[in-house]
Amino acid sequence: MQTFSHVAELAASSAALPSEGDVLAALAPRFTLSPNGRPRTVRRTWLDTFDWRLHRAGFTLEYVTGPRPAELVLATAAGDQVTQPAGRQSWPAMAQDLPPGPVTAVIRPIAGSRALLAAARATSAVEDLRVLNPDTKTIAWIRIDRITVNQPAAAELPARLQVTPVRGYQAQAQRVGELLAAGAGLDGHPGRPLDAALAAAGQRPEAYSNKISVRLSPGMPARAALQAVLLQLLDTLEANVAGTIRDIDTEFLHDLRVSVRRTRSALKLAGDALPAGLPARFRAEFKWLGDLTTPTRDLDVYLLNYDEMAEALVSATPAELEPFHTYLAWRRVIEQRALARGLRSARFSRLASEWRGALTALTVPKAGERAAGLATTRLRRAHRRVLRQGRAISADSPAEQLHDLRKRCKELRYLLEIFASLFDPQAYQRALKDLKGLQDCLGEFQDRQVQQEEIREFAAQMLADRTLSANPVPATALLAMGELAGGIGRAQLQARAEFAERFGEFASPASEGRFQDLTESAAETGGAGR
Amino acid sequence: MKIVATYNIKGGVGKTSTAVNLSYLAAQDGLRVLLWDLDPQAAASFLFRIRPRVKGGGKALIKGSREIDDSIKGTDFADLDLLPADFTYRNLDLVLGATKKPTRRIARLLAPLSDEYDVIFLDCPPGISLLSESVLQAADSLLVPLIPTVLSLRTLDQLTDFIGGLDGQRPEVLAFFSMIDQRKRLHREIAERLPAERGDVATATIPALSQIERMSVERAPVGAFAPHSRAAQSYQALWAEVRDRLL
Repeated sequence: MQTFSHVAELAASSAALPSEGDVLAALAPRFTLSPNGRPRTVRRTWLDTFDWRLHRAGFTLEYVTGPRPAELVLATAAGDQVTQPAGRQSWPAMAQDLPPGPVTAVIRPIAGSRALLAAARATSAVEDLRVLNPDTKTIAWIRIDRITVNQPAAAELPARLQVTPVRGYQAQAQRVGELLAAGAGLDGHPGRPLDAALAAAGQRPEAYSNKISVRLSPGMPARAALQAVLLQLLDTLEANVAGTIRDIDTEFLHDLRVSVRRTRSALKLAGDALPAGLPARFRAEFKWLGDLTTPTRDLDVYLLNYDEMAEALVSATPAELEPFHTYLAWRRVIEQRALARGLRSARFSRLASEWRGALTALTVPKAGERAAGLATTRLRRAHRRVLRQGRAISADSPAEQLHDLRKRCKELRYLLEIFASLFDPQAYQRALKDLKGLQDCLGEFQDRQVQQEEIREFAAQMLADRTLSANPVPATALLAMGELAGGIGRAQLQARAEFAERFGEFASPASEGRFQDLTESAAETGGAGR
Repeated sequence: MKIVATYNIKGGVGKTSTAVNLSYLAAQDGLRVLLWDLDPQAAASFLFRIRPRVKGGGKALIKGSREIDDSIKGTDFADLDLLPADFTYRNLDLVLGATKKPTRRIARLLAPLSDEYDVIFLDCPPGISLLSESVLQAADSLLVPLIPTVLSLRTLDQLTDFIGGLDGQRPEVLAFFSMIDQRKRLHREIAERLPAERGDVATATIPALSQIERMSVERAPVGAFAPHSRAAQSYQALWAEVRDRLL
């Protein structure tokens, strides 16, 4: 556990603070003030991941530079703070690339594979004061902070005052905070400065999420429901384009791909709720977009799992496998360039703008199918298809058959997610859990299948490709890749062996009952409009 | 974590001034430092303007019925904390005597602080007692201020012999000359000759200077109120030697 120290925050009602005389009067006669160093100007950069993981976890992270060495300051919503030296950094940056310390120890597991981006930037005029007790002992530090936000929009925030207790003097420091709040007219419960900086630009934190958050009502027209979901999916897709092109972290591409897949599933399985001809017009283009993203994502999956795979080697050493890593990274650079070209192309902008145009121009008939009806019929159909294809799979079935089943499961999953807000939340979670177990097994099987095919291709390409390195690929690297392929093959066999049991669970009467409960939960609430 | 005790059987030789100034300089060097004022006279606590009071007194601290952590106070300087003295420390020998393995007690109390501090300075009261034995067992190094007289050299030899006879861990001893009166030839001679002759005597010395006496008026380490003074420079040189030889 990291040592956080409590910092009381107070804020004035405007950019100006009460006069020093007012502050002194509020603290007298018990405490006096003394300056602590010269006033200085610092630059603040508030950091979070694109999907606001720190904010959601209740943290605010700041990178502070100025006359003193740069530092990272992590604060909890309750006002506890921990600080560490940061060195010179530029953003975006991955948390694991920051120097180790008490701040990075907390944020690394939260940020995970997501980069830290500048959410807002500001310049601060900072003044430090000591609060002295009758022994003229410092019992707390007061920091006065006048923040001028530069990004996302220029704004001046109400002046803030932080009271940090000296160790062992928490009670006295708390009293100082109370006296200031009561006597100097300061707000003892100001919000987070990052929230204020964003609000000044009309933004809010946690605005982005890769989850489908539109609230559908069961009785709304099916087409309106589909329109709302598809528009949100397009928003999510577009929100991730810049980050994917800049290659900030792997999750931009992941979220972009998921939006494309959800859109394609909706078009395929519920497209008939849209005007005739519309789904057909866009399906091919969305397939093109999906295919465009596949090579880079496949390499991302390889590279994200690389360390784990290298550590699992028994005969070969991770060092011997290193040429493979170099090759993967080099291939990724090439594929990423092609992906960025595709996302910058006229074809992509045309697709996005025409799709948005078509969705916003949709006319919604008053009569006709309702959202709940659309959701239940399509879900039941997708569910039946999964059961049918799954039951046809025997121990001798070829890999393609499992691959097809995986696709059907994904379609079912996307439909569930698209219509999630129509169902009873508990019934939804139970049905999702049943499906997830099967999906994990099929995903493992198929990913390993692809990886095995790829590693063979990679080996051949590494031998053939002389542009990567003047030296031939060492035999030890190929042997290590062979061992890796063996490990991947074993994992695939294991997934294959588990399939029958996983599918059995999904196709069990109990699981079918849960699925029925789910669809009925939408039908019940949406009955009026059907 | 290193534990450094400033210790001498004799009183009034500059133990507290050394502990206060060296702990200040260590913190200025970026080390996380704790100073434990073990002397019931509470001079180190006074110099850091911290009231000499520990909740539950020395007994609760030594017996472990109160967390040592709760009694630590921050000084006015970054990375420098103080465990204050308490008047009840005058009875520490009795409290220690009532515990199991009394000479290992201080070491056991300080062990949990090893993640939090890089150096702990122990400012000890004069005399040879159960407390000083426990300090000698806990300390990695012993910093012994000496007034350059023949008698104080005898005291150093007595101390070295005494440490030689201890069981278990023995601290490394580094003596240095303190309160050198430049007007006295004997002081000058001994302070110049001894470091060359004996490996356990530091070359850095601390002269008798009015700035050091002013500490009790300013209630701060010399480096904080007279950073360019000769006194501050002398402590700086001593700290450099202590850091190189003991840490």
